[in-house]
This record gives sequence, structure tokens and C-alpha cells, in this order.
Amino acid sequence: MTIFDVVIGLEVHAQLLTETKIFCGCSTRFGDNPNTNTCPVCLGMPGVLPVLNKKVIDFGIKLGLATHCSINDKNIFARKNYFYPDLPKGYQITQHNEPLCRNGFLDIQTDGKTKRIGITRIHMEEDAGKNIHDEKKPLSYIDFNRSGVPLLEIVSEPDMTNTDEAVAYLKELRQMLVYLEICDGNMEEGSFRCDANISIKPKGAKQYGIRTELKNMNSFRNVQKALDFEISRQIELVESGKEVRQETRLWDTAKNATLSMRIKEESHDYRYFPDPDLLPLIIDKRWIEDIRACLPELPEAKRSRFIKQYQLPAYDTDLLTQSRELSDYFERCTTILDKPKEISNWIMTDVLKVLKAENINQIKVTPQMLTRLITLIEEGAISRNMAREVFDEMAEYGKLPDDIINAGGLSQISDQDDLRRTIDQILESHPKEVDSYKQGKTQLLGFFVGQVMKATKGKANPKLTNTIIREILEI
Amino acid sequence: MLETARMYRHEAKSPKDLVQALLAKIKQDTLNAYITVDEAGSMEAACQATKSIEQGHDEIMLGIPIAVKDNICTRGIPTSCGSKILSNFIPMYDAHVIERLKSLGAVIIGKTNLDEFAMGSTTTTSHVGPTLNPWDHSRTPGGSSGGSAAAVAAGLCAGALGSDTGGSIRQPASFCGITGLKPTYGSVSRYGLVAFASSLDQIGPIACSARDVSVLFDAIKGYDPKDSTSVAHEYTPSVLDGIDIKGLRIGVPRSFFSQGLSEQVERELRSGISTLEELGATIVDMDIPHIKYGVASYYIIANAEASSNLARYDGVRYGARKMDTQSLSDMYLETRAKGFGNEVKRRIMLGTYALSAGYYDQYYKKASKVRTLLINDFKSAFGICDLIAGPTTPVTAFGLYDMVDDPLSIYLLDIYTIPANLTGLPAISIPCGFDDDNLPVGMQLIAPAFREDLLLRTSMTFQDNTNFHKVKP
Amino acid sequence: MKINKAEVEYIANLARISLDDSEVKRLKKELSSILNYMDLLNEVDTTDVEPTVHTRTITNALRPDELRESQNKQDALVNAPTRQNDFFVVPKVIE
Repeated sequence: MTIFDVVIGLEVHAQLLTETKIFCGCSTRFGDNPNTNTCPVCLGMPGVLPVLNKKVIDFGIKLGLATHCSINDKNIFARKNYFYPDLPKGYQITQHNEPLCRNGFLDIQTDGKTKRIGITRIHMEEDAGKNIHDEKKPLSYIDFNRSGVPLLEIVSEPDMTNTDEAVAYLKELRQMLVYLEICDGNMEEGSFRCDANISIKPKGAKQYGIRTELKNMNSFRNVQKALDFEISRQIELVESGKEVRQETRLWDTAKNATLSMRIKEESHDYRYFPDPDLLPLIIDKRWIEDIRACLPELPEAKRSRFIKQYQLPAYDTDLLTQSRELSDYFERCTTILDKPKEISNWIMTDVLKVLKAENINQIKVTPQMLTRLITLIEEGAISRNMAREVFDEMAEYGKLPDDIINAGGLSQISDQDDLRRTIDQILESHPKEVDSYKQGKTQLLGFFVGQVMKATKGKANPKLTNTIIREILEI
Repeated sequence: MLETARMYRHEAKSPKDLVQALLAKIKQDTLNAYITVDEAGSMEAACQATKSIEQGHDEIMLGIPIAVKDNICTRGIPTSCGSKILSNFIPMYDAHVIERLKSLGAVIIGKTNLDEFAMGSTTTTSHVGPTLNPWDHSRTPGGSSGGSAAAVAAGLCAGALGSDTGGSIRQPASFCGITGLKPTYGSVSRYGLVAFASSLDQIGPIACSARDVSVLFDAIKGYDPKDSTSVAHEYTPSVLDGIDIKGLRIGVPRSFFSQGLSEQVERELRSGISTLEELGATIVDMDIPHIKYGVASYYIIANAEASSNLARYDGVRYGARKMDTQSLSDMYLETRAKGFGNEVKRRIMLGTYALSAGYYDQYYKKASKVRTLLINDFKSAFGICDLIAGPTTPVTAFGLYDMVDDPLSIYLLDIYTIPANLTGLPAISIPCGFDDDNLPVGMQLIAPAFREDLLLRTSMTFQDNTNFHKVKP
Repeated sequence: MKINKAEVEYIANLARISLDDSEVKRLKKELSSILNYMDLLNEVDTTDVEPTVHTRTITNALRPDELRESQNKQDALVNAPTRQNDFFVVPKVIE
């Protein structure tokens, strides 16, 4: 296996979160009834013409800047001509020779190291409609709601050498798109789509091998599986003296394999030429700087800052910064209570247990409530275990921690006299164990604390209990 | 048109009466100028206009009956482009120019015949059969706007809209003895014009006189945000008067008078140019060096764009479809094979070839470079003259099916009209004489971009001093 | 001939137009004749000449990201040769 190098390049199509389509004013909303978000333009009716949505360019420039690309000042749209039922005009309007962005990069973390993955180009284009195949009859049904939805096509350099890097790149890119609020990154709904180009070559060889194109991988897991499968398949072929065929293969989830597309390998002569219906698009420095000024703090920068500012380990910062909403939530907590590690722990376990990172704004536990809870623990008013139960109730009903505690009589018994009385009772009823402890079996401390907790139904302050018992038994 | 407007106001003839009479006349027409006549719609519009005029409204286009070439989309009215593949197509939207005309109270009588998808110079490739030339029914009215031109010449409308990609307004105007204008590219919205060649197409007015053409041009010109190639040009208000052309420098390119030009056409042209000279213009001998490459450059670019523009006619969402095919592939192949005529197929093939891998540079790119040279030629030319004059076409109206087996010869007849499309400049054809068979001869004037005023007003001066445009077939 | 039978068939397929043998033959002749004529352009020296796509020099025709009312779905489907439940229907693509 180690005698081959793997070369992977990835092509991502990201659907943009604009209100309207790229060339007409129809809604881009997903999931509406078929053919209700259409108009003569996105249906390719006779005589209609495209008019470019400015926001699409804004979003493209945003991504280009965030990935350190150079932004093209003179942009041309081209027609990519081919026939398919979901392509209403018989051509797709895209960019060919003068893409919006070029020569950028994205840094990924794999194996504890940073690797730079080049981005060859980013360009704007329109999406096609959706083909739905009938299970039984030889018919297909077409919905053109998606026709004309704006896409950014992001092409990476073939810089990835294993599937972990490929998935890391996709995750990083997806996070970037979501951070920038230009795409919702939903692979299942198809707003973040990935195709791969993969080849192998003898280790160290200069010349690239024949590459196959992989499609239909609709989750990160499937990307991983498909790439792994394809690598094995190609290695097997080459090792048995056969050649890898240049072809497009589809990932089949049911069969757990990549399968060759059985349609006739068409010479893809797309006959690109500049679209005469669209004018050249000139982007000046002012436009670029305006966009740059509005860029949010990007994931990379945020992660570094979190590590420095909050002294948190990388594991924590990775989790906390997975979405802007979550990192904002964290930071709001820290402004109320300056205990970043505590807060981080609670978020990583209990908060994320309740909610996915993107939906953090829907959680009923506000930063005020969470920090109050943590403060109550620190003050000894409540044990950590109790706090977990309180949290669950906060998350379910949105009640304030103080209210929950008072209502349930959950306050931690920290009053020393009460506690001493209970401890004395326990120690009295376990004379044998007390003797053993005094003779050196100090691990019995845990037993005594446990008994106290049982007797107080968990309300005792464990730390304090521990201290008092040791005090008593040391004498 | 202006005459009609005057009638409405002074002689108390109402749009309702006029349109009713017109519809009756059209029923008798044997020219096959109209594909669809919208009786109900035009009577309704005529009644509306009648009311408005009675109420004292005064806008010039009120109640004026206009014929529209059938490649311009009209909501609720079949728009076939003269093709089988769209013979059942009814758009649910109006072209921009139609919205404009309706808002001005004009009456849209119906849709006129054309060469299929505007590809042709004879109006014989339409799936409803040819339109006949009102001057001689055995001859072509020209094309592709032959129906519109014939309708105007035969008095079946007061004015008409055509489209011009390589001469399709001017050449029929010339063959039918009337006036037709191809406006500056970008001055009239293409939204709703079924595209043939996007960088060359323009909708334009056709009528009996330059004044009428001017009024109709005003009614349709102007910026439209639905057309990205539409220009927001601030035109000076139109003046319906001829200008004093004393000192106007009119360039007459030598290449326009070389071989291929019929003797009789040349004779009438020289005479027309002399008239201009007598009226005070200075004739400047000059040339457009790259004229002879225009046809080749045009036919590559136009057909390349067309091959892409016509890809949408696949039977999926509208139009005719070959049913009962076994596969999607067959559906495409048969739908298009049966739906398109020979000329359209030929051009799609040519265009596809010119864009295909290995040929793009040699054909499409090369042709686009030659286009630049032509543009430069005209830039220089307008440095030494104000207008350029010459024949609209090398011949007069020929027999309906002459040259049908020789497409190239027909293409070559576009030599004088093509340059204005390739360069995006405005050009007009006005009647300037008759040949020995009493067939009309047209003179073409070309102006710098957005100088329709120069074209129109010079034409008005010419027409105020001649009678050719007044002769009816 | 400027263009041969195989090329005619290739182009016809690219353009999705089925041709019978007599049409292929005819088109071969016609296209060759026309393409021969196009060779005229080779006479022209176009070194350092930029191709023209647009005759006007305007740029940046843009529109704001504002919703316009979509047409109702009846209008969208009214011209459909075959429809079912608000979908356009075509023979299935064999994959």
C-alpha cells in the first residue's frame, strides 16, 4: 500500500444564500412545491434574458478574500453548451476563462500539523433543475425551482494525499462558507456538493496517473468511504497490471462501492464561448475593499485568538469555534463570568448534548443562566451532580437555576453543623471501617463520603464532606 | 401612421372603425403576410383607443394598428417564429416593446410571417409557407421580416415591427419599397425577442415613411433593465422635420459599388446619391477596407450564437415534442429533426462546428477579430464623413424559390447590410427608385451609434424631395 | 471536401438533430461549400487584434437581490408537452 502516492483534488459547488436566483428575481427557497419558484427566465422560455444578481458577486468576493485569492477585475460569463432535461436553455451560464477568483488557499489541520491546500479557482455559475426518476415507469419528472440558483464552484489544487486530508479540507471549507453566511453547508439538501478527482502514482513519481472523477458523495462519511474504496480499486488494478480508465464513477451507498456511469462516454465538447447576453463585469478596488471591511472574524483567526485569549486547549477551541453562533455564545458567557475553562466544559458536554452547534440560538439556557449555575457551584450552594440535573431542567423548561433549586429543595448542604451531625452518624455506624482507615486504608475516605452523599440524597457538599471527615479522622 | 393619427383627430374616423375595416381587408389578403390575426384583442384595444381619443387624449400612438413579427413574444397570442417547433407556443409574457406599444394605446393587429427563427432573406422558410411580394406575387418580399414589410406595403397595417440581425428589416424594406430602420444595438430592448444571434439582433420599425418610422422608433426605444445589453442612452427629443443637409458629408464606399451589384440597382443608387448631392450634401469618396470579409465573419458569429440560442428547443418545457420515443436521447433527436426546417438545421450545424473543439479559434475567434477590424473601419470612416450611403442590397426582389439550392449565394446578398449589425451601428433603408421591372430599389444610410436622428431626418429631407416612398404596389 | 461524413454526423449529434443518409450527404456538400468560403477570413491579418463580443462598451449590468413575484405555476406548465402533478415529464434518462 505504501508504494503508491495518492493525489486528490476536490471540486465543491456551494449554493448561495441569496434571496433570489442569479439571473432572475425568483426565490431560492428550498423545499417549495415543484415549479412554483420559476419564471420565464429560469425556465429558458423563448426571448428571455439573464440579469446578474449583484449579491452573488459580493458573496464570491467574500469567499475569495477569505481564502486569500486574487480577485479578477474583468469577469466574463461563458455558455457551457450541452443537452439535459434539467438544463432549460440547453446551456449553463458559467465562467470559463476569466473566473472571479484565483490562486488562493485553505489551511487544514491533519495529524496535528498544518497543511496548506491550494485553491485553483472560484467562479460563479447557475444551478440546474432537479430530475426525479420514476421507480417503475421509464419517466423522469423535472422541477425547475432549483434552476438558476447561484452557485460558487470552488476548485482545489490536487494537493491532498490521503482521504483524511480531503475530509479535513471539506470540513474547513464548509465551515468557512457558513461563517461567511454565504452558504448553509447542508450536504443532504444539496447546498454543499462535492466531486473528487483521484489518481494514484508510484511513490515519488513525477507524472500523475490517470484520474477518475467521483460523484454522488452526499456526506463527509461517504466522501471518506468513496475515496478509500477508489484508492483500493485503483491500486488493485495497477498492481494486477491493468490500467485505470479515465471515467466518471458514482458512489453507491447501498453497494458500498464506486460504480462506473454506464452512459456512453460522451466527448464533452461544451463549446464554451462568451455569453453575448451578459456584459463584462468590472470589479474595482473600492468594491473589493468594501467587502473586505465587512468580513467577519474567520475560523482560523478565531481559533488562534481563543487559544491565546482564553488559554484553552486546541480541542476546546475547535469545538467552541465550530460555528459563529456557538463561539458568540461562549464569549457572552465569559463576559458575565470570567471562567473560560469552566464555561467551555459545560458547553462541550451539556450544551452540545442538547443542541447542534448551529442551532445554539434556540437553546433555552441563556449565557446568564449558565454562568449563574456555574457560580452557584463555585459558591458551594449546589453540588456538581445536582447542577447537571438543574441544567437539564433549564434546557427543557427554560426555568432559572435559582428557581429550580429553591423549588426542589436542592440546595447543597454546606451548613457545617448539619453536615457534621450526618458525618458523625455515618462514622459511628461504621466503626470497623473507621479503624481500617486509621490503620492506613485511606482510600476508605471515598466510602465515607459516598455514605454521606447517600444519606443526604446527594445534597451534601462533597468537598466539604471530604475535608470534615479527614479532619475528624486525623485526630 | 401619422396620417392615421390625423384621421382619428380631424376626420372623426375612429380607431374602432379603422381597425374593423382593416381586419376585413386582411381577411382578403392573399400575400400570406400574417400568421395570426388577433381580432378580439385588436378590436378591444381599438375601442379603448376610441374612448381615449373621445376623452381628448392626444398621444400619437393611440389606436394606431401595428403588425408584429412573429418572433416577438405577445402574451396570450401564439408566437411561432415561423417554425413547426413553436407552432403551438403561446407565451405568458409580453416582449418589452409590446408592453411599450400597449401602454401607448397602440393596436396590435397580429403576428406577421418570417423566415423560420428569422434565419433567411426570403420569408420562404416559414412553416406556414412564403409571404408574397405585393409588387409582384411571384417574387419574394425579402426576409426575414417579409411579412411585416409586405403588410406595410400592402396597407394591411399602419406600421410594423421587424427584427434585423443581418439585414432582416432593411432588405425587405428595400424589396417592398418602404422604409425600415435597424436601430443602434442596445437602443431597443431585446427582452421578448426570440433570440437568433444575441450580439447582432435588434427590433426595429418598418413603415411607409421616415416620419412614421421615427414615431414608431420613439415608441419602442429606451433602456430596459430586463435586457442586460440595453443602453440607457439619453436621446435628444425627436424632430419630425427634415434637416438642412447642406454640408452633410456622405461617404460612398467604393466596395459598395463593386462586382455583384446589379446594373439597375446601381443606376438608381447613383441617382439617389445625386439627389442628396443636389440637396446640398458633400459626397466623400472613401472605403470600408474589410467589407468583403463581413459575410464570412457574420455567418460564423451569427450561426455560432444561434446554435446555442436554439438549444432550448428540445421539447421538454414547451413547443412541439416527438412523442412515443423510447429514450430521452431519441426524444431530443427526433423533436429537433422534425421541428426545425432545413435552413435552421444548416445554420445550427455551421454554428456548432464553428464553436467546436479544434475549430473555435479558426472560426469563431477569428471571425470575432475581423469584427473588431470592421468596427475600426467605421470609426475611421466617421472621422471623415457624417453618414455612409450605398445600396441596401445588390439586387431587387427575385423569384420566390430562386437560389433555394444554393444557400451561399443568398448569404452573399447580405453584403451591404451585415456591416451595421456586426458594428452595432444604426442603418436605414429608404426607397430611391425602381428597376426596369418596376421593382423597388432601396438606398441604405448608416450613421454613428445613437445617431438615428441623422438617419431619420436626412431620410425625411430625401422623402420631402422625392416620391418613391409614396408609390404603392 | 472541407467536412467529411463522420464530422457531419458528430456535429449533428452534438446539436441533437437526427439526420438520415440523404440529409447527411446534402449537408456535407452544403457545409463544405460554405466553409470553403469562410477560408476567406484567413487572408486577414488579425495579429494583436482583440475579438469583439459586445459592440457597446457598457459594463456591469446588475440588479439588486430583491424578490420579484414568480409566475404562477400554471403559466410555467401551460405550454408543457407532457406534465404530471406540477412536474414536467420526459422519458427517463438511461444511466
